[in-house]
Amino acid sequence: MTSPVKSPGPVKPNGPVRSPGHVAAPGMGGVGDSPLRPDGTLKVSGEFAYASDLWIDGMLWGATLRSPHPRAKILSIDLGPALAMAGVHAVLTHEDVPGRKLYGLDHTEDQPVLAIGEVRHQGEPIALVAADHPEIARRAMEKIAVEWEVLEPITDARAVIAEPDRYRVQERGGIARHQPVRVGDVDRAKAEAAVVVSSDYSVGIQDQAFLGPESGLAVPAEDGGLDLYVSTQWMHNDLKQIAPCLGLAEDQIRMTLAGVGGAFGGREDLSMQIHAGMLALYTGKPVKMSYNRYESFFGHVHRHPAEMRYEFGATAEGRLLYADVEIILDGGAYTSATLNVTGNAASLGVGPYEIPNIKIDAWGVYTNNPPCGAMRGFGAVQACFAYESMMDKLAEACGISPVRVRQINAVSQGSKLATGQIIDSPAPLAEMLERLEAMPMPAPLGAGPDGEIDIRALPGGVSQTTHGEGVVRGVGYGVGIKNICFSEAFDDYSTARVRLEVIGGEPTALVHTAAAEVGQGLVTLQAQIARTELGVQRVTIHPADNQVGDAGSSSASRQSYMTGGAVKTACEAVRAELLAMAERKLGRAFPGITQGELNVVGGKIMSRTEGVIASIEEILGDDVIEETREFHHHPTSRMDPVTGQGDSHTQLALCVHRAVVDVDVDLGLVKVVEMAAVQDVGKILNLLSLEGQIHGGSAQGLGLAVMEEIVVSGGLVRNPSFTDYLIPTILDMPPMRLDILENPDPKAPYGLRGAGEPPTLSSTPAIVAAIRDATGRALTRVPVRPEHIIRG
Amino acid sequence: MDFLRPTTWADALAAKAEQPDALPIAGGTDVMVEINFDLHRPPALLDLNPIKELATYDTAEAPVLSRGDDPPHPPVKSGWLRIGASVPYTRLINELGDALPGLAQASRTVGSPQIRNRGSVGGNLGAASPAGDSHPPLLAGNAVIEVESAARGVRMIPATEFYLGVKRNALEPDELIRAFWTAPATGAQYFSKIGTRNAMVIAVCSFAIALHPEERRVGTGVGSAAPTPRRATAAEEFLSNELDWDGRTPFSVSAAQRFGELVKEAASPIDDVRGTADYRKHALSVMARRTLTWAWNDYRANKIAGREAS
Repeated sequence: MTSPVKSPGPVKPNGPVRSPGHVAAPGMGGVGDSPLRPDGTLKVSGEFAYASDLWIDGMLWGATLRSPHPRAKILSIDLGPALAMAGVHAVLTHEDVPGRKLYGLDHTEDQPVLAIGEVRHQGEPIALVAADHPEIARRAMEKIAVEWEVLEPITDARAVIAEPDRYRVQERGGIARHQPVRVGDVDRAKAEAAVVVSSDYSVGIQDQAFLGPESGLAVPAEDGGLDLYVSTQWMHNDLKQIAPCLGLAEDQIRMTLAGVGGAFGGREDLSMQIHAGMLALYTGKPVKMSYNRYESFFGHVHRHPAEMRYEFGATAEGRLLYADVEIILDGGAYTSATLNVTGNAASLGVGPYEIPNIKIDAWGVYTNNPPCGAMRGFGAVQACFAYESMMDKLAEACGISPVRVRQINAVSQGSKLATGQIIDSPAPLAEMLERLEAMPMPAPLGAGPDGEIDIRALPGGVSQTTHGEGVVRGVGYGVGIKNICFSEAFDDYSTARVRLEVIGGEPTALVHTAAAEVGQGLVTLQAQIARTELGVQRVTIHPADNQVGDAGSSSASRQSYMTGGAVKTACEAVRAELLAMAERKLGRAFPGITQGELNVVGGKIMSRTEGVIASIEEILGDDVIEETREFHHHPTSRMDPVTGQGDSHTQLALCVHRAVVDVDVDLGLVKVVEMAAVQDVGKILNLLSLEGQIHGGSAQGLGLAVMEEIVVSGGLVRNPSFTDYLIPTILDMPPMRLDILENPDPKAPYGLRGAGEPPTLSSTPAIVAAIRDATGRALTRVPVRPEHIIRG
Repeated sequence: MDFLRPTTWADALAAKAEQPDALPIAGGTDVMVEINFDLHRPPALLDLNPIKELATYDTAEAPVLSRGDDPPHPPVKSGWLRIGASVPYTRLINELGDALPGLAQASRTVGSPQIRNRGSVGGNLGAASPAGDSHPPLLAGNAVIEVESAARGVRMIPATEFYLGVKRNALEPDELIRAFWTAPATGAQYFSKIGTRNAMVIAVCSFAIALHPEERRVGTGVGSAAPTPRRATAAEEFLSNELDWDGRTPFSVSAAQRFGELVKEAASPIDDVRGTADYRKHALSVMARRTLTWAWNDYRANKIAGREAS
């Protein structure tokens, strides 16, 4: 992917020392500019090749037989009728797994590749079919006869905590992780508090609802290995799980990222990777697997549903004295990301507030409900809905405004989190709230020139449930804090290889990483960084594969920081070598070269004192400079298992939202009229992409507030379709006002702060607070349904 | 799966007679979803797209019902619309919005623009889902469905007799839906539908009202709140007598309440993933009162759905 070539702008040869970042950008497609995404037009016009579009001649189609029961014993499986069908090449079960039969994230390895004697959730894979045609594969699956002993599913997470030995979903038992946080003396603070508020809250199961279903292609190679083309968030971590299960060495599997149609955490766990690999190795033919929408709802983990009990005590003026918190997260049958999601819920369980006495108990438990794991916000979303709802209760109890109560208790740089970790970079929460409150409000309903109301602006929209009757406006605020990069002593480094050479007379950089472009705009940013650091215009992004080192996951809002940091570091190494080459080839030394005497700007090697020394192509000639660098963030520590204390987070990011809603109080329908947000991103790298992230995160938070839920009863999913799992449309998502702050984090590349997740946290509680403002209802559960509003 | 592609209506009827389990498909907005979800695997698809006349409409005399009764609208003898089964929703909105405001409003709530460009009332009638958006205005407007078989010719079936059960209609296995007939609005019409998002949503429940001033009668249709779409007959009778058709005076608050209650009583909804039975009943009573208010205000101002009546 190359960028259009523009002529370099004027350069002052004798100016003060300026880093490349100051000189080459903006306006040149560098850092701080908003160049168009190379994949943008293709995606909008339907020409982008997603993983579901993969095709190779002679390939077979794989299909997965899944459990209809949330909990059952498999008494027998009869594969005979399926195997006898013409066009069927393989029917495999757990007995055919070539290597280890279990896999899982973070070395948990508790999830069967295919069910072994029993199933623990609806949709658990049992058998695989490979056939000439997807329809034959589907019919063969229907012929596999399974004899069941259906068991009563374990679905009550609270009961599991009370009796973990009685309700054991799997060998590891009922509780995946219990993470306490203990600060100060909550019992004593309870005696001192003038104001006490408490409530229970619950959060339904949200789905990532990415548009590109799980898909991939496995091609057997002559060396007995595999070429795997998959849509994933983290190739190297996939590989660590795939290789042992297939009985292959990691270097026998060549992974290439296929087009990813959204992720949001739902592609951190494996889906069809091992399955397609098994079928390809068994049949010796390429095998494609592509889930349909229904299967996709069973093909990936969801956001953990939560049951939460909160009690806050404060002074009469509203200053928080204590928090007493219980958070129960239902992870379903297998561990997935539950350990880390629980850790986040604990460490961020009371949000960005200074509270001297804290007792938090966060639990992640196993049940036979749908499996849950990573989703944008990762454990911080559920707690945020609860603590922000509590802040509004506290404001009401103290007779102060929702904004004021948050400002009184807001953290700032130097504050301690619940974990004891000091916030070591700017965190101007009180100021952000002040700016948010000062933003203009949207016009009242029907304030147009002729007073006419377009029904699309009303609750119910085109469904015409009101012409204004019953509509009440409300305003609410929400605040969220999210950890950026992996936490709790995880070294989630990234690797970049950058190559500089002259192609067609023009210096060209090739950037190669294994980082997954999942739609967030990472390939655009990688090119921006290379342009800025190397002073070149033409940058090619190598397809992401595992022929370069680990890049870590496209998760935790971390790729700008980590892979951005790796690309920057590799570019700096290339630049240093280019300048050293200039000295060698020109046969002279430049004193102060490491102090910035020489630089690369606009395709030229510049001296601070002498101006243009030479062009890049003059120095490089036919030589090639290639450097590979790893980038590590500063180390973090584990949470103490008893007190929860520890410097567990790499970076922390804040976003604040104000939501304005119109509610039809007679019908319980909601129209979000406007959302405004203030977010501190440290440094704007690409404004267009950044605004897209904030809009998208806010929309996903809106979805959780008023519509998105996987409805489950008795462990069974009742709405596995986009007919009944609703995500916001353009008529649901309002225009936004954004105020983006740039208070740099000195530890991060360019001072940036990860930006993708924070807006997902705070929009949900802001919208629910606005609905409460309009209706006076307690609304302790999200998503809010019409029944909750009309009945209270 | 066989894919039958007749090019004439006669051929289509012959194909349906020969293979009665062939599923007709036009826009495919319903059939293809069911196939993709593996909910339904018909042995054959009967593609009606080549039959261009199904995507046309014209004016006609009042239909004569097959059972020999009078036409359903004695006062409206001519100027009826005969609308082909495959005329897409987009054209109902753009071309027939003035004549059929209730149906146009309902069409506007169907899916996305892309779905409305392909989906049609014929498909809604064929699927006979209680949640189909076009059913309530067809019921409120006394529409008649024209169906035909090669063996027995045309049958004219009033909408009120067309819906037999959940996803079950009055078609015989060898019959195809050719058109629906409806008189242009003579009074205000409104459609209102509950969904938990503001566009592209399947009905939790829906309601249509149509004033027929020439008969001094109110028509209604209730959607997604019973095994079939249905009229709220008692509510219609109550309101038709209650309204001051000549004086055009406002109706009383209690009359509106009673109308809402009777509409609610006409429904027999269930609890499902989209909403509770209680909520559906409550919402129907609210929609009934609101649409009545809009319709009667229009009538008092001599308007049809916001426009001056001719």
